[in-house]
Amino acid sequence: MQQLFLLFISFFKIGLFTFGGGYAMLPLLQDELVRRRKWTTDEELLDYYSIGQCTPGVIAVNVSTFIGYKQKGVIGGCVSTLGMIMPSLLIIVLIAAILAKYMHNQYLAYAFAGIRVAVTALIADTLLGLWKKGIKDKWAIFIFLVSVVLLLWFNLSAIWIVILASLAGVGIYKLARRKGDSL
Amino acid sequence: MIYLILFYEFFKIGLFAIGGGLVTVPFLFDLAEHYPWFTTKDLADMIAISESTPGPLGVNMATYAGFNAAGIGGAVIATFGLVSPSVIIIMLISKLLNKFRNNVWVDSVLSGIRPAVIALILFAGWEVAKLAVVDWKTLILFLLFWTAIHFYKKSPIFYIVISAVIGIVFKI
Repeated sequence: MQQLFLLFISFFKIGLFTFGGGYAMLPLLQDELVRRRKWTTDEELLDYYSIGQCTPGVIAVNVSTFIGYKQKGVIGGCVSTLGMIMPSLLIIVLIAAILAKYMHNQYLAYAFAGIRVAVTALIADTLLGLWKKGIKDKWAIFIFLVSVVLLLWFNLSAIWIVILASLAGVGIYKLARRKGDSL
Repeated sequence: MIYLILFYEFFKIGLFAIGGGLVTVPFLFDLAEHYPWFTTKDLADMIAISESTPGPLGVNMATYAGFNAAGIGGAVIATFGLVSPSVIIIMLISKLLNKFRNNVWVDSVLSGIRPAVIALILFAGWEVAKLAVVDWKTLILFLLFWTAIHFYKKSPIFYIVISAVIGIVFKI
């Protein structure tokens, strides 16, 4: 029971301070779930992101279901997801009902301009950390560089990047290992 | 009856919108054309507000659209509809993943995907950066924040609150 309450509170907090899409949430997830609660590791988070990327639904919800399910089964998955969506429900209903006309306020615009800068810096620092965890050999650097090129110059969608990378993973790691190559 | 339709329509969006919140937008345009819930013009406002309020974008959009269609009940039903497919599918995958995590094939696939996901995060960060770092003032602020974040591992929430205050005080 206490564990379920903790799950709810943790994801409520993350939902409340996430601005924008699922990637802006990553620094918050790391801080709360990996460092503070120790419910998961950086590597597992990356795996959840990649699976969340190519399965249906909102990535943030996918990740919260993953973590909650791992901790407390089906109920844990539901409670975490509920925690994640609760701030949206409360805030959006409040805004839609009352505040919509104040949303063009100049000070609010300044605040969000500031928040965007902080979110950029948070993502930058998260990337540094993930680089050490996810890029472990020359093949990983190769996959990373090809992905960047495909994203920037060929506008390939995220799903295709993930599919191609998983094929590359099988080709490089599974088949090469079978031949007995040392990587 | 409208609740049933809302749940069904947003369940469908949850099931077919693969990869991130903005992917739900074209689906919502489709809804605007088929139902009298909201207009395509309302949608522009909804996107702006969803982007500048806390919470995942897709969830915000569903709540907003549901509220416009059928009040608070509609907001709850639409949001539940949107997340239901994810919750079901992820739990199934999670079960399989636990079983096969040490399988060589699964391990190879995940090893291949990790560097690609880092590239995806870099790309997303770059997209945010283009909106956030627009002049000297924001560039300096970005570097200050990055330095602070790197050397003082405080909670991200701390930096987000501070940045909102700085934004207002210095009229960024």
